Formats: sequence, C-alpha cells, structure tokens
Amino acid sequence: MNVLFEEYEALRLSDYDRLNHHQASVMMGISRPTFTRIYAAALQKIATAFVEGRQIAIDGGKVYFDSDWHQCNACDSYFNHPHKNIPIKSCPLCGSDAITDFDLPEETQQLNFNGDKCICPDCQFEQPHQAGKPCKEQVCPECGHFMKRAGAPGKGNHKMKII
Amino acid sequence: MKIAMASTGNTLESIIDSSFGRCAWFVIYDTENGAMEFIPNPNKDKEEHAGPAAVELISSRNVSKIISGEFGVKIKPLLDSMNIQMIVVKDPTKTISHIIELLKKGGK
Repeated sequence: MNVLFEEYEALRLSDYDRLNHHQASVMMGISRPTFTRIYAAALQKIATAFVEGRQIAIDGGKVYFDSDWHQCNACDSYFNHPHKNIPIKSCPLCGSDAITDFDLPEETQQLNFNGDKCICPDCQFEQPHQAGKPCKEQVCPECGHFMKRAGAPGKGNHKMKII
Repeated sequence: MKIAMASTGNTLESIIDSSFGRCAWFVIYDTENGAMEFIPNPNKDKEEHAGPAAVELISSRNVSKIISGEFGVKIKPLLDSMNIQMIVVKDPTKTISHIIELLKKGGK
C-alpha cells in the first residue's frame, strides 16, 4: 500500500500532533476541505493495509519541503540554510563550492492551485488566492471590504434558480 | 563561531552519532581558538522530548551550526526559529577529528 507523503503528513499532524483539521491545513498550505480529503485517503489506505495484511510504503506525492536543503558533493553532507537573505556560496563544513540543491524531482512539484483568485466584490481588486486562507476572511487592501473567491456565486454574478 | 557536534564518545576518534537528541556526547568546537568542550548528554535515555532538551542545552552555548547524523522532527522547527544551521553527515565512518579537519580546511 503506497501512502503518499502528503497523506503521511496529514495523518501525522492530525493524529500524532493532535492538531485540528483547520490548523493542520494551514501548516500544510492547503485548504481545510483538501486536507480532510487527503486525510481520508490516508485512513483508507492504512485501513486497507491493516485488514488485508499489506505492507505500507511512504513515498511520492505532490509535496515540497519548506526549508531549502543543499547537498555538498565534496564532503557528502546535507545542510539547510537558515539565513535566507544571504545567498549560499560554499559548504559550511568543508568550504567547497561544489554544492547543489537537494531536490527530489518528482516530489518537488508544487501544488497547482489552478490560478484561483480572491476578488473584492466592491472594487473588483484581485489577488492570488492562498490555500488555507479563505477568501471571505481576506480584507481588500484597496477599499477594506471582505473579499470572495473569483467566479464564486455571490453579489454581482448571482443567478436565481427558478423552479 | 561555535559549532556543536553529536558524538558517540568523548574522544577525537569517536564517530558522529546518528541521532542528535539521544547522542552520547556533545562536542562544542570553537573555530576562533580551536577550543573543544565535551558535554555528556543528560537526556540520552529519555523516553521523549530528548531532542528539544538537547536543543536547549546546545543553544545555551550560543552555537551557530550543529552537525549530526540525523535530526528528529521536533528539532527542525526549533532550530529554524533560532537560526541555527543543521548539517547532516550521513557517512558513518567520519570521526570528530575528521570533521574538525574539514572545518579548518573550510576556513570557518
């Protein structure tokens, strides 16, 4: 049974760190419903593995790691870089400049949020939607109104359903 | 600049411990005067929270880098917030003296 990294992380945040789904979704940078969906998939896979006596492997998925890690090819060490404003030039251990970003290509695809936008219903100001932060809680920087998801029903483009 | 290392023993021939929170000894190396300090890890056999306790002990010495074979999940966010750099050395044959040589060669 292949559990994806995001499913493992969802299970860890929710049941090991005992966060609620909203807190966990903010930590993972996704919306609460998406988190719940990933979490449900994780439970389903683990239950299948338990009942059918299958092996669990944790691998793959659409994830990226929050701290940037680098690898030194000279001394074979890995290191992170806490001072993000200073560019990294050499290995902190051996001083060699043969360093590469420590990326696992298939795991570094960033989640694509389909270019969703938050829009202000009053002045039509638009900004990219941030996962885990509902548009209706965002305040428009132009006029101070609460925003909403672009294309969502509401004031302006609402159509009455006639039965 | 002070650099902490997780070590399996209290000699220069000890190798880098594969765990940071439950390593046997911490070695604190001062790059300016070459001074070394060996500190036994009081949290070695702790059931839990060995990592955060180790971070507390090490950060009280004002280190700016930590070298270990591995870091636990609770340690990473703590060190990130303190701006301490983590260096992971996976090679199980590297001794403390080898690491210090590398640090001297690196000129830091």
